[in-house]
Formats: sequence, C-alpha cells, structure tokens
Amino acid sequence: MTSEHFTSLRPGTETELVEVLSAPGPAFELVAGGTKRGIGRPVDATLLDLSGLSGVVDYQPGELVLTARPATSLRQIEALLQEQHQRLGFEPPTGALLDPSGEQTLGGVLMANSSGSRRVTAGSARDHFIGFRAVNGRGEAFVGGGRVVKNVTGFDLPKVLAGSWGTLAALTEVTVRVVPAAESECTLLFTVEGVQAAVELCSAALGSTCEVSAAAFVPARGVALRLEGLAASVQTRIAGLLAALKRSPQAHLDATASRELWRQVGAASALARYPVIWRLSVPPKQAARILEAIEAEEFQLDWGGGLIWVGATRVDVARVRGALHGGHATLVRAPLAERRSNAVFEPPAPAIAALAARFKAAFDPQDRLNPGRMN
Amino acid sequence: MLGRMICLAQPDAAILGRKATILEALRSILDPADVIDDDQLLRAYETDALTAYRQRPLAVVLPHNTQQVAAVLRYALQEGLRIVPRGAGTSLSGGAVPVADAIVVGMGRFNRIVEIDYADRCVVAQSGVTNLAISQAVAARGFYYAPDPSSQIACTIGGNVAENSGGVHCLKYGLTTHNVLGLEMVTPDGDILRLGGRHLDAGHYDLLGLMIGSEGLLGIVTEVTVRILPRPQTARAVLIGFGTASGASDCVADVIAAGIIPAGLEMMDAPAIRAAEEFVHAGYPLDVAALLIVELDGPAAEVDELITRVHGIANRHGASSCRASTDEAERQRFWAGRKAAFPAVGRISPDYLCMDGSIPRRHLAPVLQSIAELAQRHGLRVANVFHAGDGNLHPLILYDANVAGELERAEAFGSDILRLCVDAGGVLSGEHGVGLEKRDLMTYQFGPTDLEVQHRIKRVFDPQLRFNPGKVFPALSRCSEQGREHVHAQAAPGAHAGLPRF
Repeated sequence: MTSEHFTSLRPGTETELVEVLSAPGPAFELVAGGTKRGIGRPVDATLLDLSGLSGVVDYQPGELVLTARPATSLRQIEALLQEQHQRLGFEPPTGALLDPSGEQTLGGVLMANSSGSRRVTAGSARDHFIGFRAVNGRGEAFVGGGRVVKNVTGFDLPKVLAGSWGTLAALTEVTVRVVPAAESECTLLFTVEGVQAAVELCSAALGSTCEVSAAAFVPARGVALRLEGLAASVQTRIAGLLAALKRSPQAHLDATASRELWRQVGAASALARYPVIWRLSVPPKQAARILEAIEAEEFQLDWGGGLIWVGATRVDVARVRGALHGGHATLVRAPLAERRSNAVFEPPAPAIAALAARFKAAFDPQDRLNPGRMN
Repeated sequence: MLGRMICLAQPDAAILGRKATILEALRSILDPADVIDDDQLLRAYETDALTAYRQRPLAVVLPHNTQQVAAVLRYALQEGLRIVPRGAGTSLSGGAVPVADAIVVGMGRFNRIVEIDYADRCVVAQSGVTNLAISQAVAARGFYYAPDPSSQIACTIGGNVAENSGGVHCLKYGLTTHNVLGLEMVTPDGDILRLGGRHLDAGHYDLLGLMIGSEGLLGIVTEVTVRILPRPQTARAVLIGFGTASGASDCVADVIAAGIIPAGLEMMDAPAIRAAEEFVHAGYPLDVAALLIVELDGPAAEVDELITRVHGIANRHGASSCRASTDEAERQRFWAGRKAAFPAVGRISPDYLCMDGSIPRRHLAPVLQSIAELAQRHGLRVANVFHAGDGNLHPLILYDANVAGELERAEAFGSDILRLCVDAGGVLSGEHGVGLEKRDLMTYQFGPTDLEVQHRIKRVFDPQLRFNPGKVFPALSRCSEQGREHVHAQAAPGAHAGLPRF
C-alpha cells in the first residue's frame, strides 16, 4: 500500500473531525504517529491524519491524572511526567517493533492497549485509561469515563476503546492515570536451566512479598527480576527475595543498567532481526509446553512467563495458535502479504465474534474506521 | 414515603397473566424446589440494600450450574421475560431491586471455589462465592484478593463484577476491574461465553472490561477468575488530626503529590468523628475539625520511612495530632471508628441519606466548603466520611423523616451535592453504582449522544431490554429527578441491615 495514492485529511479539532465523519465519504485509515501501521491487517482506505489533535490539556501532579489530546507524543508526555517524578504505570514499550520514521502517540498506545513489563504487577494501558472524548463512525462526538480515578457511572467505555485499534472511534481527548516514579530500581539476573525453571523462578518471585515489579526471561541474559521503590526498601526486599528464592543472582544491575535492560525487554530487541514476530498472552504455567509445541527459533518471556515473544523466519499460524489452550497470539510482525492472508489477531470464539461484529456496528455501522484491521 | 421518588419499571399485564404457565415451564427446566413463587418466600428478594424500593418479582429461580442458567435464559428469551440477576443483594444503588413481571435469577448456589492456582496467582470461583471467602481460601498461603468492599462478608464476586466494586484499599490496589482476569457468562440469548482467562489482557474487543461494572444489564456472570496478591509484610495506620478541613484536604493532595500511594487514605469531619468516637471509642481526638487515617503497607523499613514522610507533610499543613499504630490491635482500633461511621451517624439522627459522588482531589477543600454552605442553606446537618485518597465523597445528610418537610429538604440538598460533584469535574458514583438510585441523574453527567452510545451497547447484548430493566439508563417517562440511598432508623430492615458500610 502506498499512501501517496490517497487523499489525506487532517482535522485539527474535534469539530472538524465530526464534519469529516458525519459527511458521506470513504472509509479511513486512522493515523497519527504512524508507528503501528505495520501491526494488524493492512487497511486499504483513505488516510485520516489525526496528528493535528495534539497537546496536553490538563496535568496536575497532585491529581495523578493527565488529560491530553491523543496525538500528543509519548515522548512529550513522559518528559512532562518525569519533571514531576511521575510516569505511566503500564510502562508502554518503545523501539524495535515500531516504525522508526514515526513518533509514538499516547492515543496510539491506548488504542493498541500497549503495555510493557510492569503490566504484570501494575496493570495494562487499559487499566490506566480512565476517560476520553471521541468521534465514532457515525460522526457522533461522545464521552466515556471521566477525569477521576474512581468512577462507576455508566458503562466503562475506556476499556472498550483500549485495544480496539481505531476500529470503533477516533479519540479526540484522553485522560490517563499516572503514578509516582520509583525513587530507585535494581534488577537481579539469574542463570537458569530451561523455560520451565525460568517460569517457576518468576512465579516464586512474583508470589513473594518482596514486590518484584517485573519478571522476564531473556535466554541470553537469564531471568531478570526488577525491584523498585525507596532505596532502603529495595535493599531490604532484595535480601528478602534472595532468602525466599534460596538463590544467588549472577548479577545485580544498577538503576542505569536496569532501565536499559527493561527498555530492551519491552521492545523485544533480542528478536528484532526476525521477519516474523509473534506475541502470545498465556497462563504462565503453560509457557514451556507452548514453546516446545511451537518449536520456536528464538523467544523471550515477560510478565513472569505470561507474555511470550517468538521470533521466526516464516509464518506458521496453525502451529502457533494450535499450541494455545487459553490465551491469544498476535502476529505483530510479518510481511505484508502474510498479514493480508492470515488473521493477525486471535480469532474469537464464534459466539464472541458475532457479538463483536454487532458491537463494531453499534459504533461504526458503515465500517468506515480502519476497516478490516482486526479481522 | 417509600418508593415515591423513582419509578420502578411497569409490569406487563400479559406476562403476569401467564404466571402459572411460566412457573410450570421453569419447574420443568430446573428442580421444582429451585423455583420460588410463594409470596412469603419472595419477600426475601423484594429489595436489596436500597431498601426504600421494593417489589416482589414473578418468581425467583436458583440454578445450580451454568447450563441451567442458559436454559432459563433461553426460555426467557423465547417468552420475552424480563430478568433481574442477583448475587447477595447488597447493592446500595438498587441494582438488584426486582420488577413485578421479572424472573430473579439468584446465584446463591454458585458457591464453589473451582480452583486455586498459586503458580499463576489466580483463583477461579463461581460467581456466588463471597468476596471474603476468596481471601480466606488463600490466606493460609499468605495471599488475598485485594478489592474489599465494606459488605465483603456477604457480597458475591459476581455482584462485585456487576458493580465494579472498590473498597478502602482500591487507591493502591485498584477496583474489581483491575483484579479480574476472566469470566464465564450467559448472554440474554442464552449463549455461554468465556471472556479472558488466566492470561493477561482479554484479547479482541475488551468485552471483559465492559462486563465489569455493567450492573446486570448485559448478562449473568457464572464464574470469575481473579488475580490474588501476596499479603504485604506489614501494615500500619496513622491518625492525623487537623484544626481545619482544608488543612486535611491539602495534606491529602500533598501526600499523593509526594509520590506516596497509601494503601488507604480516609477522611472524617468533626460530626463524623464525634459520632464514631461515641459509638466505638476508637481513641479519636475530639478537638479537631478533620481526621485522616493513612494506612501504609509493605516491608517494615518502607512503612517506617513513609510514616516519617507523611508525618512531615502533616506538620507542614498544621496537623494538631499525629499518631501511628504500633501494633496490629491498635491499627484495627484506628479503623474501627471509620468502619462504624455510618451506623454511628445512624445513632445520632433518625434518618440519613448517603451520597456517593467522586471528584478530582484538588477540589476536596472547596467542595467540602460548598457542602457546609449548602447544609446551612438547607437547614440540615451533614457528616462527611469518605475515601479522600481517591476523591470519593460519602456525605451523610442527617434528617428526620417525621419532621414535615425535612425529607424534601434532604433530597434537595442531596441533588445539590451531586450536581456540585459533576460541576467540579467529578461523577455521580464513585463506587455504589448508578442502579435505580442515580439513574435519573445520568442526564446531568452525560449528554444525549453519550447516553445513546452506551445504550447501543446495551442493545447489542439485549435488544429487547429485558435484563435488569429500569436500571442505569434514565427512564423515558420519569417521576423524579432525585435519587440516592435512604437509610431509615425505623425502616423495615433489608436483607443486610447489620452489614458494615463504609
């Protein structure tokens, strides 16, 4: 697909976006930073450039809530939060799997429900997404959720939009929870024999009272366990963790090295050279069996074994999806032709698929927003 | 005065007329003993914890398994019958109040914990298992289920899913939605769905996230998979007294801004402190205008350090007293007064009305000031007890229903408070749900398009609008703009009159 062949529209306000979507017209591919266009089924539609919907609307650190227009770059948000010793709790990944020519946006992160290593303990992007304004495929501007952390008024629409890949509505404003940044961090590396042992070590660590914030297994490095918080607390918890695990680490990474390691884990950098990359969310206990069934060329585990990244040279949908008993597999990188001919996202069970189709129609009856992307 | 404010859904006379046939059919689907239509027995199901509203349903069914739920729902679909799902009936917003032509599907028989998985740190439970039973089942191994609504000894995990329940610890550990991994449910069409599982992120459209907090409008949950957490090594509570409410409010904001997320951060004002102290003798200072309870948990070294920091922040805001618990018994005592605050207020006033607005934390002080001014204007007393850390207010409006005009003044006061919350950038309900109670105020928070977008989702699942009719969405013809929980000292007790409420 070459975008040059399409007319590009660039609304700068919600009102302009409503004008575009309420008028009869073509289907649109929603794009802002454009870093995730390579994920999902290719969308053959007119580009709707949302990058004009940018800028922070409201941020008061004492509130632990930030409101911004969706095309605000993640980099800008993170810099702003850092000044106030805060951050996004779900640790959105950056790097290898994203198109480096673009700039990742907050709205894109939420629409992809893209969460990093801390997701296992701190929750996902959707868990931190508390409110929005958006325009649906009918051209209707509407709100969901609110700007307060505790809210059970009406359906939880932010959950519905998180991970919908722009197929239900185009965001015009988002509100997210933010959290205090940890004062210090440290990562312990352990050598282990095999996947099963790695997952068991991660499970023991995550099940301890030592508040491990992330647990991954990168075969070339070993099992990585991260502890964050007050310096004194981190030191106490390291001692407690090693006692509970009855093991000695092969290495302690200081804060700088720790941050670099987890940046690489989040980006699945170890697999960057593969043309085909799968992302599997599974019950951790099944990780070893699944990897064996897939005969993975190369892999890494995050979320204590619950997130499996697999690098491959060719797409083998039947083998990967056939290995799952619960969970889902997403083909996050594959050649264009493969993404056209294979289900990129795990196909839901028939009853859920029927419901999801009606669900899509409730927001976008004419299939004008990212048509086919999640099919 | 009961039932005068909010219209309950009107029954369909044709369905009432077919009662005998319907009962016969239900008794062929289920064990006849699991179908209740005796008027005396139905009385136990006529209301929930919003006891001002009651209506006996056509029948109550008590299925034992998911297949039976599906069979009942397929029959209801075929016959066009309304369904009211019910867990333990502890809803404060009328979420389980029946309508006269509906079948109540009681989930009490779904009381089995299916599996405990310590390696993957989750518990699979049938939806009628109580919230507390999950924590108790994993306590011996040092785990617990984090959301802890005050009714946790009685409320069910399925009800928690329907209401997206919180509790005093949700500031740090999240609401139900942050702690549920998967569920099994039956749709209004009678289809059995599995959403999510033991893995993280449900996949595709997040119907799991949608179901949580959907207040029984979209289906019946039969099984829930929750994540469990290791219990923190230590927990200590700090009691901090302030000469002014604004000092306490500013302290709350600064604790959060300093990067401290307490496990709980509660606030009480002078009337609430006095009522609670007289009731349970928790040792609260009586010479203060506001009291904070700050609970910190984690490794002892961390808790000690955070207590020092909280103490410092409190002093900067003019705290008049500051006391940290030194043992578990003292921590429990600090909480006892807070947990008894609602019944304590019930002792000093014949009636009270509990509000549940949620506001941005930075507006705590001005909103409290406005509530005090409104109290003067309406000529009524108010006691404030609330989850200050997440801005969830529970103003208790004190009145006497036997004094002519007081109820009306209390209602007007309550409406003003909820409007104030929305005007301050907040919402109608922080944790009790919209239900029947706040249904007619939804139009104050949401515009017509916002509500229509939500209602379309309702119709995707339930095109005939048979599930939990009259809840959440404003009725087409409504008899009142009002809506809130009424507690009457002399009112007929509901099923859970003795439950703690906070």
